[in-house]
Amino acid sequence: MSCQEKHHILEISNLSVSFRQYDRGTNQINLPVITNLNVSVHDGEIVAVVGSSGSGKSLLAHAILGILPYNASLAGEIYFNQELLTEERKKQVRGKEIALVPQSVNYLDPLMKVGLQVRNGDKSPGVMERMKALFRKYHLEQETENLYPFECSGGMSRRILLSTALMGNPRLIIADEPTPGMELSLAKKAMEDFRQFADEGNGVLLITHDIELALEVADRIVVFYAGTTVEEALVSDFESLEKLRHPYTKALWRAMPRNGFETIPGSQPYVKELPEGCVFGPRCPLFSEECEGEIPERVVRCGTVRCIKCEEDHSHHHHGREEAHTHAGS
Amino acid sequence: MKGTKVQFISKNFIRMILLLIAVSIVTFTLVSISPIDPLSANVGQAALGSMSQEQKEKLEEYWGVNESPVQRYLNWAGDFVRGDMGVSLLYRQPVTKVIAVKLSNSLFLMAIAWAISGVLGFMLGVLSGAFRGTWLDKLIQGYSLLIASTPVFWLALLLLLIFAVWMKLLPIGLSVPIGVEASGVTFFDRVQHAILPAITLSITGVSNITLHTREKMIDVMESDYMLFAQARGESRWSMIRRHGLRNIILPALTLQFASISEIIGGSVLVEQVFSYPGLGQAAVAAGTGSDVPLLLGITLVTAAMVFLGNFIANILYGVVDPRMRKGGTVS
Repeated sequence: MSCQEKHHILEISNLSVSFRQYDRGTNQINLPVITNLNVSVHDGEIVAVVGSSGSGKSLLAHAILGILPYNASLAGEIYFNQELLTEERKKQVRGKEIALVPQSVNYLDPLMKVGLQVRNGDKSPGVMERMKALFRKYHLEQETENLYPFECSGGMSRRILLSTALMGNPRLIIADEPTPGMELSLAKKAMEDFRQFADEGNGVLLITHDIELALEVADRIVVFYAGTTVEEALVSDFESLEKLRHPYTKALWRAMPRNGFETIPGSQPYVKELPEGCVFGPRCPLFSEECEGEIPERVVRCGTVRCIKCEEDHSHHHHGREEAHTHAGS
Repeated sequence: MKGTKVQFISKNFIRMILLLIAVSIVTFTLVSISPIDPLSANVGQAALGSMSQEQKEKLEEYWGVNESPVQRYLNWAGDFVRGDMGVSLLYRQPVTKVIAVKLSNSLFLMAIAWAISGVLGFMLGVLSGAFRGTWLDKLIQGYSLLIASTPVFWLALLLLLIFAVWMKLLPIGLSVPIGVEASGVTFFDRVQHAILPAITLSITGVSNITLHTREKMIDVMESDYMLFAQARGESRWSMIRRHGLRNIILPALTLQFASISEIIGGSVLVEQVFSYPGLGQAAVAAGTGSDVPLLLGITLVTAAMVFLGNFIANILYGVVDPRMRKGGTVS
């Protein structure tokens, strides 16, 4: 991000995650699930990584925390508080300075009482006191600690999971789809809690498929497509189509109910069948031969984009989508 | 809550009765159609040839050869419901008494094997599953697969050869020393004679429990709550200790009680090899000697034991699992 000089809490550059797999028989192949991903989170900021379900977004969270499965390999750099996050360092910070808020109550041990899990087994008075304070803050009754996860409602579970994350006094929260299947009012309440946490000078990396919700609470949106980040935009860029940079983001914008509910044909390519060059190429209205080459990430208007067709400054011209198309052809 | 418990127990009781009826019918049918002639099997071909017709008829009446099978079954069943299991034709003693003696011999053996295979199998399975893919896992898995594919009687012979014949550390067979009066047999003698058969049973039992526990442990290790525990900075050991053991205990209970049937099945072969006078050996003798009352008695007793084992596991589930204890739904 070129337009912000704030302190980085998290900076991920050129992150790639791939899985070793056996194809037929003993033929080992590498499945690239995330390729050259760049994301950064600053002080007091909520950054939403938006992508469709099943596109491997969760692996981003797992990569930061160092909890990828054994057959995954990792490339690229992750910096936390300006310091390189090695696997060893990840072990030290996870659950403390970096906390995960998972999707649902399924991420709690079904046979262990909630309180014991929130405190992570710690019974010291200080930890006890901190839990009680968090329960008060999130309007959870003190008896909640003696319940089992199956006895908690959806709203309670969400607040319990958030309390769990905050027990270690983190600087960064990674929220992995924290609101699926949640009522809108509950989801908004959850987002308010994240906003409050960020406003205290911390960072939130929100991983979600819900762009509407992300736009309501986040400061910046990172668009995730086929394992990479195609665009990084300010939330205000989503006010109009012209301010957006990547054709996929524009398609996403048009697909939103308030902007016409218009969808484009096709679906995200499977990691085994990624196209040459631009991953969005086969579905892109601006597609041309050059798109099959290497696509660098460029900084355009305080955001980044991975598209060679995107103009440095769109706002001076009155380009609609058709015009952009003709322009590219000329 | 209370009502459902009574309902649960009575329902299972009825189920057990139905099972026992079915088992007795099947066993009886199998014995009836078996080609073994009780007379030639028990009296001997030569002796039978030198007998008079009258003597033969007497014997035929004793073994019930001329009655129709249905009639014989009904006779037996009528007595059984009145608590009379009949008289063993081979041992010439009430079946209840024969079973009591043989069962006490076998129970000792089976209890040891059950405990050892259960505890050892559980520990190995948890380790193997928790450290999947490591050399430890490969070692445990390799051992389990090797033992699981080894016939139990062959293993028994092997141990007999090594510890009794070559090293002369342990007795070669039977449950008490040869040539010693019953009053002179010490508890130590009994233990010494039970060691080899019990070890054989344990070794084979371990592999099964290990492999099943390993699978369950892998499921637990791959669960969302384990991933979250890791994300919260818990160490591997802490995860296994706090969440792994807690969540593996339910399937382990089922396994442990289900393994009763395998232990009983295995004891038949093992007792045969070690000439150990237990229930298994009596079952073989009853089967090959057409001692129908004894065979039926043994079959029903073992079927009831297996059923009760599973039943206890069901009840323990309700005690251990808070989701069942608190009356919630199991997700």
